[in-house]
Formats: sequence, structure tokens, C-alpha cells
Amino acid sequence: MNFPILSFLTFFPLVGVIFILLRRGSDEVVERSSKNISILVSVINFIVSLFLWSKFDLANPGFQFVEESQWIKNFVSYKIGVDGISIFLVLLTTFISPLCIFASINSLKKRIKEFLIAILIMQTFMIGVFCALDLFLFFLFFEGGLIPMFLIIGIWGGERRVYSALKFFLYTFLGSIFMLIAIIAIYWNMNTLDLVKLTESKIPENLQYWMWLGFFISLAVKLPMWPFHTWLPDAHVEAPTAGSVILAAILLKISGYGFIRFSLGLFPIASHYFANFVFVLSVIAIIYASLVALMQTDMKKLIAYSSVAHMGYVTIGIFSFTKQGLDGAIFQMISHGLISASLFLCVGVLYDRVHSRLIQDYSGVVNVMPKFALVFIFSSLANVGLPGTSGFVGEFLTLIGTFKVNYIVAILAATGVILSAAYSLWLCKRVVFGEFKVNNHGEKLLDLDVTEIVILFMLMILTIVFGVYPNLILEPISSSVDLVVKNMGAIK
Amino acid sequence: MLYLILFLPLLGSFISAFFYKKIGDRTCQIITSAFVVTGAILSSIILLETIKTGKVYEYPILNWITSGTLKLHWSIYVDSLTAVMLVVVNSVSALVHIYSIGYMSHDPHKPRFMSYLSLFTFMMLSLITADNFLQLFFGWEGVGLASYLLIGFWFKKESANNASMKAFIVNRVGDLGLLIAMFLIFKTFGTLNFSEVFSQAADQSKNSIKIFGGEYNLITTICVFLFIGAMGKSAQIFLHTWLPDAMEGPTPVSALIHAATMVTAGVFLVARCSPLFEYSQYALNLVAFVGATTAIFAASIAIVQTDIKRIIAYSTCSQLGYMFFAAGMGAYNVAIFHLFTHAFFKALLFLGAGSVIHAFHDEQNIEKMGGVWKKIPLTYALMLIGTLALTGFPLLAGFYSKDAIIESAYFSKSLFAGYAFIIGLTTAFITSIYSWRLIFKTFHGKYNNTMSFEKVHESGPVMLIPLFLLALGAIFSGYVFHGIFIGENTQFWGKAIFFLKQTAHGHPPLWLLILIPTLVILAIPLSFILFLKRKDIVEGFINNNRPFYNFLVRKWYFDELYDLIFVKSFRGIGTFLWQRGDVKTIDAYGPDGVAKVVKNLSDRASSIQSGYLYHYATVILIGVILIVSFLIII
Repeated sequence: MNFPILSFLTFFPLVGVIFILLRRGSDEVVERSSKNISILVSVINFIVSLFLWSKFDLANPGFQFVEESQWIKNFVSYKIGVDGISIFLVLLTTFISPLCIFASINSLKKRIKEFLIAILIMQTFMIGVFCALDLFLFFLFFEGGLIPMFLIIGIWGGERRVYSALKFFLYTFLGSIFMLIAIIAIYWNMNTLDLVKLTESKIPENLQYWMWLGFFISLAVKLPMWPFHTWLPDAHVEAPTAGSVILAAILLKISGYGFIRFSLGLFPIASHYFANFVFVLSVIAIIYASLVALMQTDMKKLIAYSSVAHMGYVTIGIFSFTKQGLDGAIFQMISHGLISASLFLCVGVLYDRVHSRLIQDYSGVVNVMPKFALVFIFSSLANVGLPGTSGFVGEFLTLIGTFKVNYIVAILAATGVILSAAYSLWLCKRVVFGEFKVNNHGEKLLDLDVTEIVILFMLMILTIVFGVYPNLILEPISSSVDLVVKNMGAIK
Repeated sequence: MLYLILFLPLLGSFISAFFYKKIGDRTCQIITSAFVVTGAILSSIILLETIKTGKVYEYPILNWITSGTLKLHWSIYVDSLTAVMLVVVNSVSALVHIYSIGYMSHDPHKPRFMSYLSLFTFMMLSLITADNFLQLFFGWEGVGLASYLLIGFWFKKESANNASMKAFIVNRVGDLGLLIAMFLIFKTFGTLNFSEVFSQAADQSKNSIKIFGGEYNLITTICVFLFIGAMGKSAQIFLHTWLPDAMEGPTPVSALIHAATMVTAGVFLVARCSPLFEYSQYALNLVAFVGATTAIFAASIAIVQTDIKRIIAYSTCSQLGYMFFAAGMGAYNVAIFHLFTHAFFKALLFLGAGSVIHAFHDEQNIEKMGGVWKKIPLTYALMLIGTLALTGFPLLAGFYSKDAIIESAYFSKSLFAGYAFIIGLTTAFITSIYSWRLIFKTFHGKYNNTMSFEKVHESGPVMLIPLFLLALGAIFSGYVFHGIFIGENTQFWGKAIFFLKQTAHGHPPLWLLILIPTLVILAIPLSFILFLKRKDIVEGFINNNRPFYNFLVRKWYFDELYDLIFVKSFRGIGTFLWQRGDVKTIDAYGPDGVAKVVKNLSDRASSIQSGYLYHYATVILIGVILIVSFLIII
């Protein structure tokens, strides 16, 4: 097969952007056609990614659909490909993006054209990140994604959008500098930035520690890990709904992916060395963020802190170096992508109608919006990790994998299941149940419309499907994960 | 057939939840009830089959999780233990479904209620038909979810919402124990399937594990964590606080979930894991101790409560304690037998209480009832049967099972056998007292309600027929089944329950056989005098022992204590971490702090570039002087 399917996936959204820019006419015409183009582009991209999945060879643990060409001679090559670990993250991206576009075209009021362009560019960068097999290329996509996100928060955000956007940008950018330094150092020592070659030729041990730290700082900020997490709640609160969804569902996953691909793949010795350090930070993140989430008054902040806690499971799973732990971590990333998307969309639904994110402004929503209440409670329970939903499988696998290695970490992390139940159910109780009382200046509160129902129910059904039959994901990733586990096991 | 039993309730729940607008309330009620009734009939056939042939059914349905050596399936596994549970769950559930048609007739959300009930039934069935720990855990959490939804069914009531939340969270504490037990099992046994785990139990029984800074026997550690899970679900002392509050839910829910089925899941778990528990005398002692303590603790509270449902709830708590201490004596079959009989009479009592509440138009305080037994004779008669069965009146259901429990303690040689035996006897007596107190205060004496006496009315047949059927169970289930369940040399349990050593059997001495019924029967006139004829004695006692009385009324102050230790402190810590940790430390010294420092520095840097010539000239001059003096000195 010679069709460059990954390049197509990566750059097709940019083609859409060009079409939108070329469109001339009255504002209304441009707006309508830009909506249509972006929907078309993102849906086609999703279909193509499904095609990619259908052609994907489950037994092959290595990279597939590899494309390679020189870019800067002897320095950077344009090399992309996917393996079992990244393919689902690509699928997640192509799946979430059209949902975001659908969700925002009705609710957004100003500068829709520009917003859609930002989302499409974002999509290009995110798919690129998961496909890149060259460190420099990865870094480009990794950093490039900051710009549209910065704009999305800064332009379409809430009241404190400038503060949040700057905080987001500077924080993550500062982190990235360390990664850049590490990448440069790798090049000087190894004379290549090709991921596959680097994995095969072992990086010297004394170098690994420093490189690992460089990557770690950058990835830890983006994940985010405690104590680098404070940008996330602010960014989420101010970002428009679609921005929050992309941030939680996809951007946070880049770090988890990066840990597996780079920290474990390139610096296995250092990863072993620092594993306990990561465990400690993750456990703190889980307990700390859950406790803080308990006391939040803003729904989006609550969900943001809950994301920090859930990402903690991802990191302990990864650094357990066990099959179950890594399986669970990858599964948890996909699952959290679906569940957090659904939760942020739910908050978006409320915000569109009432223009408030404060928990105290709501009560008894179920009385007038029963369908919404169903989705909201379901998503909260999935977030709690109720068995039968995908949230449970991820948490369970990471914990059971970690327990084999370090039982104290696993037990401490498992207390998160109590805390998450506490903050999620308390949120439900305050917002959804009780007597109906919403501070919305007497407007009538409408239940979900058709678009919202389709989007949210799709997420809901996927959450159940993956919860009941997780092998849909676990089987395809299996051989690639086995390889990682084997490599890590060889170090000891 | 088993597929039908398992999936019909799920289908019913689904139809009722999503298509109620098309098919109407009545159809929803009929469909869900019909499905569960079908399940109940099929389950009885399965039980008969198991009794006759000892057959074990195993059907894998679907792969669930495959991750390395961890391989788990969705499956249906039915042995005699499951068959018994199937009958309990499905028959009580079927009757509760039918009863609810009448009980909820004035509620606007009937389809939702039926849907939840059926969902619960499905979850409970998947719990008992599991062949691995994780599917059990799925059902375990699933019934928790259904219980959460049903307790909070009247979502406009603040108290109901709080109760449902409390139930879920307290249960999660127990679930954490179960999770840790599963982690341990997977780590050491390498599998979570029952058959594979149990077959290794003997080999692993001497192994120990280093955990929490000490070295403990492996099986003991696992069993202790399993039991923590069981304590949460079965509302044993320390994790019991959610059960009384759960009475905020509609009464049929209390009957189904909080009396007959869900709360007994813990007992089922212990019985299911008997191949593990048998290898750990320590864990069995713990089970016995906790069970016995809960039995008397809950009974002591039940005696002073005034809410009809709460009394029965504490009574449930106490009876669950009985089941656990039977299991702790190694008499798992006796525990399951009590579970079986208890399901009938306790569901009967709850539904009867529902009928009373209905008759009084939603009055639950027994102090505000009284004197109505002629007005609602059928309910009265049925409640009497339930009470007699519960207290262990000779020849009724509770008599066979409760006596067997006390005897098992009498014969056992375990550490807490004596403790359990004494408590078993005392609690039987107290149980009888508080049960008759309920009957006398509710049905006898003076009418004590503000509502006009004429308005008190008997319930309709749709509510009374299920009660009647349950009453049959309460009367005959003990007599009919005791030979099969706990008879000497019974082959019924096969491999379902594992006995390492033969439980001590023998003929109990005559004094014991006479003592138990005597205590139970003596309590009737005593209770009649204390709570009906000579109320002044009780009042005098209360006035003289205020603190003790308050201690009981306030339920040993558990709620207050937990509120202080957990709820308040966690909220405090949460706020502290947020305000002090995130805002004032990480942000202040992190991003905001750095930003401030940078801005400060750049302000200073720009102030140096003032643009005044004499500033620059001065600096140059100083520089020149410094350089020159430096050169001269050298």
C-alpha cells in the first residue's frame, strides 16, 4: 500500500483550513461554508482513520504505515508511523475533533470561522504528535499545538482568559525548553534523531539520567503532574467548551504517550531509576487533586482536578513496567478521553443555557432536563470508575499492575476510588438532584437538542462498549505493549 | 434458560427506561414484573434440578479483560450456592416488582422505578453467577449503583439524596478492601478465577506475605481484606451507618435491597470463598467476632428507635451479624440457610411495614400509630407471621435457622465461640422484645395519629398477594429446607461450600433446645407489659438512665463521630490544600511568583536606562576610576 495514509490524516485538516481561507463572500456565507468544510474535513478524517485501523496488523509490534523522507539533510527526517500504542490515540483524536466542531458551531457566538481554523490546525498537530517517529518532528508538533490552544483560550475564553492563556503558554513552553535541550544533546551524542534507530542503539547510561529529566519536566508539565498542575484548572475554566474537551481528551494524553514512547523507550535505565520518584508524585497527585476537587465551587475546576487525579493512574501504570499496568495506562488514556469529553460537554450544555459554571447556581436540574441528567450522572459514575464502564478497566488494570511492583503505592492510589466517588456524587447531588432552582433570569431551561443527544450518547455508548468488552483496545495494543515490557524487563 | 434468567431483567430495565413514553406506565410495570416472575420460576426449576442431581452449570458468555496473564470472562456459573441465591433474589424481586405496582401507584415516575428495580435484579444476578472475582465485583458495584439510584429515588428530598450518597461512599470503603484482596490474589495466585484460586488454596496456606512492615499469613491477609468488603456491603459494625439512612428510599426497595438480597452479598462472598477462609482460623475468628458484635449492637439500637423502617433496618443489621458469626464458626451452610429464611420473613416485614405506612398515609413513626389491628386485619396477620418467624417462634422459618446458628456456636471450639454463643442467646431475646414492641405500638393500644381514624385503610390485593406468598415462605421455608441445607450428611452443597474439617455436629442438650424458644416466647408478655400496659416502667427507666438511653437513640454516636473524623476533616483538608497548597504555595512561588520576579527585574533593568547623560557619565567615570586604580595597585 503506497498511499501515504498517515500524512493524509495529519495534513488533511490543513487543506480544509486553506479552503476556508479561500472562501470569499458575505460574512454569513463564509461562516456557513466554513462550518460545512470543517465538518466535512473532520468526518472524512475520522473515516480514513477507521480505514487505517481496519488495515492495522495486530500481530506486528513494530511501527506500521511508515513513511520516510529526508527533510534537513543528516539531521531531521520526516518519518511517521503508528504502532499499537499510538493508533488508538490517533483514533481518539479523529473521533473527538468532529464532536468538538459539532458541539461548538451552535454554541459559539463570535468569530466562528477563526475558531474552526484553530481547531483544524490543532487536529493536524495532535495527529502529528502521535505519528512522529523523529524527535525533532515530534517536538515541532508538540510545541505547535500550543499556539492554536493558546489562541482558543485567549480569544474565546471567559473573563480571566488572558491570565489563563498566558499561564498555560508560558508554563508549558518553559517545560518544553528542557525537552529541546535534551533532544539537542541526544543529537550530538547519537548523531540521529530517528526514534527507531535510537531505540535500537542504546543511549549511554550516564546520559540517560539527564535526558530523562529533560523529557520528564516537559511531559510532567503537560500531563500535568503534581506540582506542575496549577495551569490546568485555570485553563479549563476559561477555555470554551470545545477547548476544554480537546485539552482534557487529547492534549493531556500526549504526555502519557510521551512517557511510554520516550522515557521508557529511549531511557529505560533512567526510567527504572526514577520509577519510585514518579510513583510518589502520582500518588500525591491522586490524593491531593481528589481532595482539592472535593471543595471546588466551579464545575469545570472540579473536573479539571479530577483529570489530574486520573492522569495519576496513567503514570503509575506506565512506571510499573508491567503488562497490566501499561495496558491499563493506555486504556485509561482512551477512556478518560471519552469520559472527560463527555463531562466537559455536559458542563458546556449547562453553561450555554444558564451562563454560569458555579455549582451553587444549580439545583434539581433533573426536573427539567431528564435526558441531560441521565448523561451527566452516567458520566460522573464512569468517572468514578464503576465496573461496566471503561473508567473501571483502566483504573483496575493500572492498580493491579502496580500492586505487583509496589503494593503501598497501589493501595494509596486505590483510596482515590473512595475520594472520586465522594466528589463526583456530591457534584451530582448538588447540581442534578433536589428541588429545581436555577439562577437563569427566568428563561426556560431546554433539555438536550438532537445534536447534543447524538454526541453525548455516542460517548456514552462507547464508554459502555469499552467497559464491557475492553479487548477491543487491549488486543490491538497487546503486542506493542509486550515489546515495551520485554525491553524494560531486560534492564533489570 | 440461565441466559433468560440473567438477561430478562436487564432487557426489562432497558425497555422501561427508554421506551416508557411509547408503551405507557402500565405496560412497563407488566413487562418488568413478567420478566422477573419468569426468572423466578426458572430459578426454582434450577434449584430443584441442583437438589436432585447436584449439577453445576457453566456458560462462558464473552471475553472480558485479557491482559497478559490476567484473563477474565463474563460467564454464568451456577452451583448449589448460586442456585439458592437465584431463588432468593428472583422470587423476592418478583414479589417486590408486583407489590410496587400497587405501592407506587401515586408516583409520577413509575417506569423509572421499575427500571431501577430490574437493573438491580440484573446486577445482583451477575454477582451471584460470577465465576471470577472481577465479575463478582462488577455485580457488587452494580448493586451499589442500583441501591444509590433507588435510595435517592425521590430526588427532591434532601435527606434521600444525602442517604444515597452516604450509602455509595461507605460501600466504596468496603469495596476498597475487596479491591485490595483481588490485587493480593492476583499477585500471589496469578489468576482471579474462582476455581483456579480455590484449587491453589491448600498449597498457599503456609505461605506468608510481607506487608505493612510485618509478615502475615497470606490467606489470612486476603481473607481479612475480603471480609472488609463484605462488611461494607452487609452493613457490619463500623461500616453499618449507611443502612438505616437507606430507609429514605421507597419501602419496596428496602425490602428487596436492604433486607433480602444486596446486604446478604457479603455473606454470600464469605460462603463463596469458604475454600480460602477455611485455611485461616484467624480470619474466621474475626468474622465471628464482628458478626456477633454487630448482632447485639444493632439489636440494642433497634429497641429504642421509633421509625418503623429503621427498626426493621437495625433488625436486618443484627440478623446479618448472626449470619456472619455462623460463617465464622465455619458453618457456612447454616449462614446461607439463615440468609434464605431471613429473605422471606424480612421482606415480609418490610413490605408489611410498607402496607402500614400506606394505611397511615406516609406516617412512619410508631409512636403515632396504634390500635388499628381491626382496621387492617390482613396486614396485621401477615406482620404477625413475619414477626414470629423473625423471632424464631417454634416451627416457623427463623426457628430452624437461628437455632442452628446458636447451636453451631455451642459446638464450635473456636476462640469466640463462647462469646458468640452468649450474644446469640441474648440477641435472640432482644430481637423478640423489639419486634413485639413494634407490633404492640403499631397495632395495639390507643390510636395516636392526627389523621382521622376512618381514613386508615387496608391495601389492595396487588400489595397483599405478594405479602401472602412471602408469608408462606416465612412459615414453611425453614421446615421444608432444613434437611437439605443443614441436615446431617447432606450432599447438597457438593463443592460449592468447602469444609476443611467436619463441622462439629451432635445433638444439643435438652436445656438448650428448651431455652431458646422459652426466651423468645417469654419476651412476648414482657414486651406487652413494658410497651403497652405499664409504659411508666420504661419511662422511669429512661429518665433514670438518660445518658445510656441517648447513647442508644443516637446509635452509639457513630454518625456524629464519622462526620467529625471524616466528612469535616476531609473538607478541611481539601480547602487547605486548595487555598494554601495550590493558590498560596505552588502558584505564588511557581508561575505567579516567577512572573513577578521577572517583571521586577525588568523594571529595574529598564530604570537603569534612564536616558540622562549625567547618569551615564557618572557610571563611566566610576568605571574608569576602578580600572585605573586596579591597574595601579597591580
